[in-house]
Amino acid sequence: MKTFENEAVIARGDSPRVITGSNTGKLKKTNREKHSNRQIWTESVFRRLLFIMGVLMVVLVLGIMFTLIVQSVPSIKALGAGFLWGKVWDPVRDIYGAFPFLLGTLLTSFLALAISIPFSFAVGIFLGEYYPKGWLPDLLKNTVELIAAVPSVIYGFWGLAVLVPIVRSFESGIGEPPIGVGIFTSSLILSIMIIPYAASLGRSMIQMVPSHLKEAAYSLGATRWEVIKSVILPYVKSGLFAGVLLSLGRALGETMAVTMVIGNTSGIPKSIFAPGNTMASVIANEFTEADRTVYLSALIELGLVLFLVTVVINMIGKKIISRFTND
Amino acid sequence: MKAKNSPVRFRIGKNGFFKGVVIAFAFSCVIPLLFILAYIIKAGITKINWNFLVNVPKPVGESGGGIANALLGSIIIIAVAAVIAIPIGILGGIYLSENRKSKLAYWARLSIDILQGVPSIVIGIVAYFWLVKPFGGFSSVSGSIALAIMMLPIVVRSTEETLKLLPDTLREAGFALGMPFHRVVLKVIVPCGISGILSGVMLSIARIAGETAPLLFTAFGNPYLSTSLTKPMQSLPLLIFNYATSPYNDWHDLAWGASCILLIFVLVLNIFTKIITRKWKVQL
Repeated sequence: MKTFENEAVIARGDSPRVITGSNTGKLKKTNREKHSNRQIWTESVFRRLLFIMGVLMVVLVLGIMFTLIVQSVPSIKALGAGFLWGKVWDPVRDIYGAFPFLLGTLLTSFLALAISIPFSFAVGIFLGEYYPKGWLPDLLKNTVELIAAVPSVIYGFWGLAVLVPIVRSFESGIGEPPIGVGIFTSSLILSIMIIPYAASLGRSMIQMVPSHLKEAAYSLGATRWEVIKSVILPYVKSGLFAGVLLSLGRALGETMAVTMVIGNTSGIPKSIFAPGNTMASVIANEFTEADRTVYLSALIELGLVLFLVTVVINMIGKKIISRFTND
Repeated sequence: MKAKNSPVRFRIGKNGFFKGVVIAFAFSCVIPLLFILAYIIKAGITKINWNFLVNVPKPVGESGGGIANALLGSIIIIAVAAVIAIPIGILGGIYLSENRKSKLAYWARLSIDILQGVPSIVIGIVAYFWLVKPFGGFSSVSGSIALAIMMLPIVVRSTEETLKLLPDTLREAGFALGMPFHRVVLKVIVPCGISGILSGVMLSIARIAGETAPLLFTAFGNPYLSTSLTKPMQSLPLLIFNYATSPYNDWHDLAWGASCILLIFVLVLNIFTKIITRKWKVQL
């Protein structure tokens, strides 16, 4: 397919040149012909440039995947599939098991989702159904979108300075060891960070619900809440799910904020208040220290897993969205 | 009478209750953001003065010092990233909007979707193997390229979406005058969509300005002032990360000041983009 396109581009660019070329072969070139020859030449160069940019994008992603796979080969060879289920991560003794980080990533992400879903759905319903227009909803919409704009390292620093002491006193209140940093704190920070993704998608999906459906329900005497609950939400179910998936994809890959407040210990977390590590945070912490091939390669394999998981989640989310918007 | 009315009243009450719940939850999202903004600005604004902007950090124990190296480093790294990503991104977006049905465009679009979701730390790893290891050391240009990879999907997407909305008649009018393809694109289509393209560019710069993870293994950080593209370079997010996790109060102060500057820069860029997109009526 690629070669076909390439030929098409060349043909489009070249065929006029052949015609003018046969004229100018015998006669003296006029200025106008020179000018149009140059234009035709530039056009074919431009088309080829655009084509190269298209190829570049594909090559970039394939290159990322290829690099990750090649660099994690030593670890895959040395550790096999047991890598993912190994419960101990101890680089000093050359033992590499990724299970604590898988667990840490899943715990933080899903806990963050659970906390953030009521808020992001509420924003979606409020902006999509209750008040789609006006200055106050506009302000809310823009403010929620700004949540996504704040750099994650700033969330991490704020979490370290403000949230950690709060969580620490909360922990000592309920009889947990008062560490402050840990899975729970990371989930709190993450839940703030991922609100805008599900919220903005939810809003646009809810706005797309056809009004005749809503009006039919109203005409039967339904209250607004009943319309939301039994008409709107069932209709946008898949769209909301896609929004949750996109939030999840963001939470899984989030690095800096989590690294700063999770505590960075490589054991299996005993409770949600215990310190731990996620895949992203262990890479951030140990990548520049990894001095052995297998150690480094094990970290890259974590990156590869992270890459594949987020790609799959994002692709499913995008697929659902495009199906929803095409209906 | 009462018995007949009570279910209706109950339903009306339920309706009002849930409306209240939705409003309460929706607006409580804003609270953490406001807390963060207020806290960072309060903690940071007092640290910012002229010396803070023009000095490099002092060693632990000496008070004073500033973040000049990180400010300059951030500007250089972002500028180089923008110079790399903007032309490629815009041309890529033009390609996607001009070739909507071709097979390559389908795969390129898929790649851009994938790239948008790739965790930033993974980009850091890849940039390390592409640019740091082969050339034997951390360098600011490798950080710029990592950030350029993160910018690319945003620029491509906004360019494509903007150009797709332009009516075909514009394009056809150009061709009817005998303009060659590149002139139609560069003199008609791109100028018509320039507002949307620019908004995308600004959003992408706002996004990479705060990125830390791709820089950890590429630009690496540097306690001294450096302008060399082939040497390690400090940047604001790296400085915040390194100093915030350090145990020294002097360094925390530097990190608060740096957070304040970074936050204000990113928010102003975002708000500015929102205002001009509304003024220019572009859809992103």
